[in-house]
Amino acid sequence: MSIVVSNVSKRFGGFVALDGVNVAIPTGQLTALLGPSGGGKSTLLRIVAGLERPDGGTVAIDGRDATALRPQHRNVGFVFQHYAAFKHLSVARNVAFGLEIRKRPKAEIRERVQQLLALVHLEPFADRLPSQLSGGQRQRMALARALAVEPSVLLLDEPFGALDAKVRRELREWLRRLHDEVAVTTVFVTHDQEEALEVADEIVVINEGRIEQVGAPDALYDAPTNEFVMRFLGPVTQLGGALVRPHDVAVIVEGPGGGVGAGPGGGLAGRIERIGRVGFEVRLEVWVQDGSARGQRVSATLTRTQFQGLGVSTGDAVWLRPSDGAPTLPAARHQDRGPVGTAAGTGTGAGAGAAALIAT
Amino acid sequence: MAEPRSDTAIDEARRPAPRPGPGTYGLRLVVVSYLFLLVAWPVSLVARNTFADGLDSLRGLFADPDIVHALQLTLVVAVIAVIINTVFGVGMALLLVRGRFPGKRLLSALVDLPLSVSPIVVGLALTLVYGGRTGWFGPTLEAAGFRVIFATPGIVAATVFVALPLVIREVVPVLEELGTDQEQAAHSLGAGAVQTFRRITLPAIRWALVYGVVLSLARSLGEFGAVKVVSGNVSGHTRTATLVVEEQYLNFDRAGAFATAFLLALVAVSCFVVFSVLRPKESRS
Repeated sequence: MSIVVSNVSKRFGGFVALDGVNVAIPTGQLTALLGPSGGGKSTLLRIVAGLERPDGGTVAIDGRDATALRPQHRNVGFVFQHYAAFKHLSVARNVAFGLEIRKRPKAEIRERVQQLLALVHLEPFADRLPSQLSGGQRQRMALARALAVEPSVLLLDEPFGALDAKVRRELREWLRRLHDEVAVTTVFVTHDQEEALEVADEIVVINEGRIEQVGAPDALYDAPTNEFVMRFLGPVTQLGGALVRPHDVAVIVEGPGGGVGAGPGGGLAGRIERIGRVGFEVRLEVWVQDGSARGQRVSATLTRTQFQGLGVSTGDAVWLRPSDGAPTLPAARHQDRGPVGTAAGTGTGAGAGAAALIAT
Repeated sequence: MAEPRSDTAIDEARRPAPRPGPGTYGLRLVVVSYLFLLVAWPVSLVARNTFADGLDSLRGLFADPDIVHALQLTLVVAVIAVIINTVFGVGMALLLVRGRFPGKRLLSALVDLPLSVSPIVVGLALTLVYGGRTGWFGPTLEAAGFRVIFATPGIVAATVFVALPLVIREVVPVLEELGTDQEQAAHSLGAGAVQTFRRITLPAIRWALVYGVVLSLARSLGEFGAVKVVSGNVSGHTRTATLVVEEQYLNFDRAGAFATAFLLALVAVSCFVVFSVLRPKESRS
């Protein structure tokens, strides 16, 4: 284990940023600290880097207690969301900074800077100033600068947060490839679950100063331990008394009885209220009258092919049930606000009710 | 973060400027004539009077050893005061921007005090504390052989006092805009506090600092009221250049007064000229 955080707490005034956090970051892997804004993930990263002091608890880096060490003695590389480029220094001098501080011989510095600039594809820009680079280039420079000192851990604080969506995706893939090349223990903070799922070997979900779950991306997605993790990692909808992902909702057209209530395979009967097509997927909104007085709106996501196979249109009766083997969680409370999470955009609860009346 | 901003800046630069209307020309006329009547014309008259009879009045200045001494004293005092104010100003600016402590706002207000208090009050206040005979602390210092009032230390103290906020007020906004990211990055790369200051913070604030120094120097060269009270105005010993100007003017030596005033203005103006030539053409960031 490269980084071991034990029982770390941190308050800012009355706000509890971290509340007795314990986590171990495995060596040589790419770990994501994932959570909503203000959840404490950046604070945890900054405590590991020594940029904040914990109120209690300890941090060990490479088996050495680093809690009392100043940041300059921790040998960590830190990459900031807004690059923190040294504006008055050229790209090459930025990258060389850590080596110059360590008083390495000039020739060695020059060679190492060359290697690093090649690694981040910035050789043609060596003599430019950071202000002459694009955001993505600046962040790559910051990464090279952090890697120059051969840190025992590399910490990235929302590294792609300030970049536009396209550059973000490119840099994300590039970071993954870079990590496969350099294999330094890397921790990055993100609030983007897609980024975490795509890039990380391991994800630590943090919320309200506590760790919700730690695990591989697939494990977290398939077996979330609680509602928060399930909702945070992807879209969630409520079907009967269970939380299920919209793409795990099986839509069945022909029911033997055709009546309201239990359909084939124990599915719930409902009526298609809206069909929305987003690129390769089709999102259905189905109003389910589940026996109780109040109905619920369930969203289901199908591929285009599945949808065409069903041959349904708005107003048709269908039956819904979770697909076989789909991860579900019992819903904490009965909700009448229809689909939740980041599923297809919907109207408000009141508007939905009215729409349902018209549809039936 | 700088990118979209620079894009819009380019767009704005490309957009053709709106045609100036009569209102714009009127406004320009008001501003230019205001500056001309209040600043440019009077100052240029000082220069004209100085050279009214060639270089004679300037030559006359340098022939008088007391005036030469006064000019030297002014220069020495100004340089010492600027050095003190620069070191103290940078430290104070760091404290005001980065520090978190009770009474910070009070301290910040106290820093501005020299700008709001008349220099003559400053002089009297210093005399009350450091005066050799009746001062609060002066007799003790004098017994130890250190004379403040009616001596160079007093003149330096008064000059430091009046020019105190200039460096601080130039550096503080730049430090605030700079933030701590770059310094934290330097720390994480292994730089200690001194290295970080020298390699990262100082280059970032350098133009604000230079401008603060120029302002302080100009202010220090021109200080009159506070110095008049604390110096004793002894010709050849504690009389500074500004006091010489007053003396000459009161003694109907108008040519000499104008010449000395011209020298003072020349030094100050050339500081600003040198600064604006050295300063990079782009914005200060």
